[in-house]
Amino acid sequence: MTVVVRGLDVALGGRPVLKGVSLDVPAGSWTAVIGPNGAGKSTLLRAVLGLVSGDGEVTVAGADLGALRPRQRARLVAYAPQSPNLPVGMTVFDYTLLGRSPYIPHLGRESTRDRAVAAEVLERLDLTELAGRTLDHLSGGEQQRVVLARALAQQTPVLLLDEPTTALDMGHQQQVMELIDQLRLSDDLTVVTTIHDLTLAGQYADDLVLLSDGRVAAAGSPEEVLTQATVEEHFDARVRVFPGPGGRPVLALERP
Amino acid sequence: MTASARVSQARLRAVPLAVALVLLAGTLLGGVLVGAAGLPAGGVLRALADRVPFVHVDSGLGAVGENVLFQLRVPRALMAALVGGMLALAGAGYQGVFRNPLADPYLLGAAAGAGVGATLTIVLMPGDPGYVVPVAAFAGAICGVLLAYVLGSAAGRGGGAATLVLAGVAVSSFLAAVQTFLQQVKAEELQRIYSWILGGVGSADWRQLALVAPYALVSTAVLLAHGRLLDVLSVGDEEAASLGLSAARVRLVVLVAASLATACAVAVSGLIGFVGIVVPHAVRRLAGGSYRIVLPLSLLGGAAFLELADLVARTVIAPAELPLGVVTAFVGGPFFVAVLRASRRQVDT
Repeated sequence: MTVVVRGLDVALGGRPVLKGVSLDVPAGSWTAVIGPNGAGKSTLLRAVLGLVSGDGEVTVAGADLGALRPRQRARLVAYAPQSPNLPVGMTVFDYTLLGRSPYIPHLGRESTRDRAVAAEVLERLDLTELAGRTLDHLSGGEQQRVVLARALAQQTPVLLLDEPTTALDMGHQQQVMELIDQLRLSDDLTVVTTIHDLTLAGQYADDLVLLSDGRVAAAGSPEEVLTQATVEEHFDARVRVFPGPGGRPVLALERP
Repeated sequence: MTASARVSQARLRAVPLAVALVLLAGTLLGGVLVGAAGLPAGGVLRALADRVPFVHVDSGLGAVGENVLFQLRVPRALMAALVGGMLALAGAGYQGVFRNPLADPYLLGAAAGAGVGATLTIVLMPGDPGYVVPVAAFAGAICGVLLAYVLGSAAGRGGGAATLVLAGVAVSSFLAAVQTFLQQVKAEELQRIYSWILGGVGSADWRQLALVAPYALVSTAVLLAHGRLLDVLSVGDEEAASLGLSAARVRLVVLVAASLATACAVAVSGLIGFVGIVVPHAVRRLAGGSYRIVLPLSLLGGAAFLELADLVARTVIAPAELPLGVVTAFVGGPFFVAVLRASRRQVDT
C-alpha cells in the first residue's frame, strides 16, 4: 500500500526535529531513509506510527493514519524499533505472538489461528528451532530476526524498520537485508527502513530519502541521491562513489 | 502441523497450579488446627465436616470450642490468606505496570496513606474505634495512591512510569511525615499506633472479612484478566503502542485494581512487608515469567505464605504473638535467598 507523508512537522521538547517532511512510498517498494546522526530519521518513523505527535498528514493507501484507532493502525503498519525491549525470560514464540496483539480482543486470548500465524512466521524466518529459546539467549543476528518475526506476525501491508542492521556483522547484515527483500517481494510489502550504511541502502532500496537537519535534502533513486557532492555536503565526509552491481552506487571513504 | 506446533506459549500449567492449591489448602488447615485453645485436631476436623451441607457429625468440641474455632480461628485463617493473596497479587500487578521486579504494592503511597488514616482515627477517637480504623486505613491508602497518580500524571505526559514512581516517593514521604507528626502529638497512643503499623490479623472476624471481601474479589478478577496485556506491556510503552495497545490505559486500570487490593490488605492487617515482592519473584523463578502465570500463582502463593507466617507468629512465643510483619521479613528473607539459589532459571521481569 502506498505510504504518503505531506508537510510533516515534529517538535520534540520544543525543538523542531522534522520540518515540512514529505515523501511518497509507492506500494510494494522499498524506501530507505538516510541521513547523518540526529537528522530525524527515527523520529520520522515514529511520527508515521503516531508514537510522537506532529502536524502534517500521513496516509496509508489513502487512509489517514492519525484518524485510525491504535488497533486498526497496528493492522496496517508494523514497526521494529532500533533498540527493541526484549523481555528477559520470554521465549521467541511468545515474543512473536505479541505481534498478534492488534487482532486479539482487549481482555481476550490468542486464538489457534494467532498461534498458527506465529508458528508460520517463525518457520519462514528459519527460527522454528529457536521457538522455545528465551530472548536473552540469542545472538545479535537472531534477535534481529526475532524482532522482524514479531513485526511480520502483525501481517501488515507496511513495515517500518528502524536500523534493522545495526550491530550486525557484514554477513548478517546481508542476510537480514536479503530476508527483508524476499519477504517484500513474496508478500507485496511496502518497506520503509532507516539505515546509516549508505552502500547497503543503495544496494537494496528502490528509493532513497536523504534527511538532513529535519528536512528532505534529496530524494530519488540511489544513483540520483548518492552522489559525491550530496554525501560530502550533508555527511561532511570525503567519499568516492563507484558504480556497483546493476549500476547501484558503492561508496568508499577517502582520507582527506 | 510441523515441528513448530510442539512449542506452545507460556501459560499456567496444571502441575504448578496444583502445587500452589495444595500448599494453600495445607497451610489453611494448619491455621485452623493450631491454636492457643488446644482443640483436638480430630474434633476440629469433625466440626469443619459438620459445616459441609448434608453432613452431620458431632465434633465433641462443646460450645466454647466451637466458638473458638468458628469465631476466631477460621476467620483469622481466611483473613491471613486474603491479605497474603492480595499483597502478592498487587505486588505482581505493580511490577508488571512498572516493568520492575522490585516494585512493591506500597510504591505509590498506599502504606503511608493508610498509616495516616489509621493514626488519625486512633488519635482522634477516644476508646476503641473498632471498625473505623480499617475503614480509615482503606480510605487513606486509596487517597495516597490517588494523590501520587494525579501528581505524577500532571508532571509527566500520559502517566509515564518513572514520573509516577517519583510522585509516589514524594507522596509517601510527605504522608509519612504527617503520620509521624500525628503520633508525636499524641505520644500516649504510640503503642496502639505501632501495633497497628507492625501488622497482624489477630483481630480478624467475619465482619472485617465481609468488609473487604467484595473489593478483594473485584480487584482479583480485574488483575487476573490483565495477564496478557501486562505481557504486551513488557516491551515498553512505545512498542506496546505500535502493537495497538495504550500503555497508559492498561497502567491505570491495573494500578486501580492493584491499589484496591493493597488497600484491602492494609486496612485489615496494617503494614506487612515483603510478601508483595518475595512471592511474585519466587513464582517467576519457579514457574515462569509470563504474567498469566505470575498473577494467579502469586495470589495462591501469597495466601499460603502469609497463612504460614501467621501460624509462626502465633506459635513461636505462645501464648504471646509476634507481629506478622516481623515474621514475614524473618521467614521471607532466608526463603527468598533459598529460592534464588535453588533456581537456575534466569527471569528478571
